[in-house]
Amino acid sequence: MNQLIEFIRDNIQITYILILAIFVGVEVIKSIPAVLHTPLMSGANALSGVVIVGAILVMLHSNPNDYIALTLGFLAVVLGILNVVGGFAVTHRMLQMFKKKK
Amino acid sequence: MSVLLSVIYLIATVTFVVGLNKLGHPETAKKGNLIAAFGMGLAIVGTIFIHDLNVPTVIYILIGIAIVIGSIIGWLIAVKVEMTKMPELVSLFNGFGGASATLIGLVEFSKNVESIMQATTIVSGIIIGAITFSGSLIAWGKLNGSLKSVVKIPQYNIVNNLFFIGILVLATYMIATGGYNPILLYGLLAGGLVYGILFVLPIGGADMPVVISLLNSLTGIAAAITGILYDNMVMLVGGILVGSAGIILTVAMCKAMNRTLGSVIFGSFTANNDVSGSNKTLGTIKNTTASDAAIMMNYASNVIIVPGYGLAVAQAQHVIHELEEILTDKGVNVKYAIHPVAGRMPGHMNVLLAESNVDYSILVEMDDINPQFNNADVVLVVGANDVVNPAAHNDPSSPIYGMPILDVENAKHIVVNKRSMNAGYAGIENELFYNSKTSMLFGDAKAALTELVGELKNM
Repeated sequence: MNQLIEFIRDNIQITYILILAIFVGVEVIKSIPAVLHTPLMSGANALSGVVIVGAILVMLHSNPNDYIALTLGFLAVVLGILNVVGGFAVTHRMLQMFKKKK
Repeated sequence: MSVLLSVIYLIATVTFVVGLNKLGHPETAKKGNLIAAFGMGLAIVGTIFIHDLNVPTVIYILIGIAIVIGSIIGWLIAVKVEMTKMPELVSLFNGFGGASATLIGLVEFSKNVESIMQATTIVSGIIIGAITFSGSLIAWGKLNGSLKSVVKIPQYNIVNNLFFIGILVLATYMIATGGYNPILLYGLLAGGLVYGILFVLPIGGADMPVVISLLNSLTGIAAAITGILYDNMVMLVGGILVGSAGIILTVAMCKAMNRTLGSVIFGSFTANNDVSGSNKTLGTIKNTTASDAAIMMNYASNVIIVPGYGLAVAQAQHVIHELEEILTDKGVNVKYAIHPVAGRMPGHMNVLLAESNVDYSILVEMDDINPQFNNADVVLVVGANDVVNPAAHNDPSSPIYGMPILDVENAKHIVVNKRSMNAGYAGIENELFYNSKTSMLFGDAKAALTELVGELKNM
């Protein structure tokens, strides 16, 4: 409990951001037509690839002789960027098909 | 952190919000996706180059190689995949994101755990990431057909929950004792992976849209947790956006199936024939041929097409569009009725039909199309089953009782194209097929529709 109180005191800004971001996420998505559910899901999926930032940080902070950390970090970057690039690309491809006929 | 990098992260975060918002409107969706992608690129480049660390060149090279490899593979998969395979693809990519979060946690836990709070974020990142990774892979396998059967584990709920409690106990112990213990760490990883499998394996195909959406949301949460660990705003906000958006979508989908999230996770649809079929004779079915069905449609003035998963399996999205065009040319008013959970992913049918250039203004959602079935002369059901099963309205003992369905039985004639009389994913009989207004057109959707198109062309 003390730890929790301490955490909140030290991280009050992050806590604010966390809670506000939840509301933004909910509000932004709330009224999306079913037509767009699949692209939205795939777009959101690409966004979750933002973990790649963490993966890059892991590698930047790694000691070049720490092969385990480097290998895991390397894999994390590959998988993260795969999620990002693949996710955005496939969403784009999907959205290109949605067009209204004249 | 330098001011410049902070500003870059801020810009990236804003692009995520704006992009996600624009993704929600058909006219701006494409732009929204590009805006978010741009922000992501900015955040990645900024992270690599703006810092005051003394990083050896070899590490930059490694990062570069990793990015090139991942980008090429991701790009190739994205460009090559068939639109019918979209649900499994999203699932697969999602699994990669989860795996990435787990790997980060593994490295960080072995390096520098300074406080209990830090240990908590790392450990939860590992668990959530591992669950998403193995769960997504199982969902992927189920969707692409390599894992066919719904696996029933005896006392599933108890086993599963005990297992989860076990993971939590281990995690708490690791957080409380601190220190790096590789055996415990990899034990935790294995626990998360196994739980992901246990979690998704028993869930039936019809519930997959809900599961994918939920797993997607979990990856976002894993990213956000990693963001807390690094005090990194772009990861935190990006992850939370995905997390909350995913939850909203998940709940929306559960509503469309009239099920609670709990019942999707804990009680998969059971093929309980003695309950739903309940010994009553359903009558006889009436077969029809392509030419009879073609004649019926040729002289109709309103035709509604109900696509389902069978359309995707048979890759029949182009030929159904051809059928729609021929009918329209003949002066028939054609619409598509889209059930919110038709297919294996929310909006699955919309994507497929968009691929074959169907004008999205004639794709009508359930609540809008239902009153129109009264005026429909012919309803053509292609590869859909549970979403048109009247048992949802009038059989309280049916597992799908209460699920909103498309009221196709109000139409004057119903033509159902199906491969066989096998039950749908819910494993229950459909009395619609025995309705006196229904005629069955058996066969693979693509073959049957092609034949139908051929007949119509000759009229």
